[in-house]
Amino acid sequence: MIRVQREDFDPGAELAALTAGDHSVGGVVSFVGLVRDMAAGQPIRAMTLEHYPGMTEKKLAEIETEARKRWPIEASLIVHRYGRLEPGARIVLVIVASSHRQAAFEACAFLVDWLKTQAPFWKEEETEAGTHWVEAKSEDDDAAARWRKRPNEAAE
Amino acid sequence: MKLLYFAWLKTRTGRAEEELSPPDGVATVGALVDWLKTRGPGYQAAFAEMRAIRAAVNQEYVGLDHPVRPGDEVAFFPPMTGG
Repeated sequence: MIRVQREDFDPGAELAALTAGDHSVGGVVSFVGLVRDMAAGQPIRAMTLEHYPGMTEKKLAEIETEARKRWPIEASLIVHRYGRLEPGARIVLVIVASSHRQAAFEACAFLVDWLKTQAPFWKEEETEAGTHWVEAKSEDDDAAARWRKRPNEAAE
Repeated sequence: MKLLYFAWLKTRTGRAEEELSPPDGVATVGALVDWLKTRGPGYQAAFAEMRAIRAAVNQEYVGLDHPVRPGDEVAFFPPMTGG
């Protein structure tokens, strides 16, 4: 399931709702991304997340579909916020439920790494000096690249 | 053709979206960028460094050689920074 919203979310309530009544689930892994108060050594007052309505939902759904092809997933949820967020605020929630913990851990890490580089979101930070658009980090590309299938695996 | 600009491309072009009819010779994303740059200094500033720009046609990521047609939705933006 995919949700893109301005409002905050309750991780515990989302987790409980996702797995309610499904007793095939043996493990649930969740990730919550928060707004930090520092970036590149500078204090951050807030950040504004812009996105591409329509394409965002489409890309997140594609990423989720890819995860379900790779791992045996019973249930999954991605919630991503947009708009102005202050330090400490929740930005993103990824939950993966599976029969076994290893699939849940791996699929959750995959989803977080991939959505950072594939979902059309952009962050603008507010500092004392003014506002600026955050540049993409090469380590995010590296994190996503480790999930790229090698050619000999693609045929499997 | 519907054009969309995000993040600093929106700031530099001064608009989030617009409806334009490029001339017939504009058949690829790259040709569209070249034509947009003739539309004023804001566009020139926005598209000055193509290495820092990504494009999508009809909500799929594409390269500069990808075709564009009347009625397409074409978006320009910097590399994504979500999550």
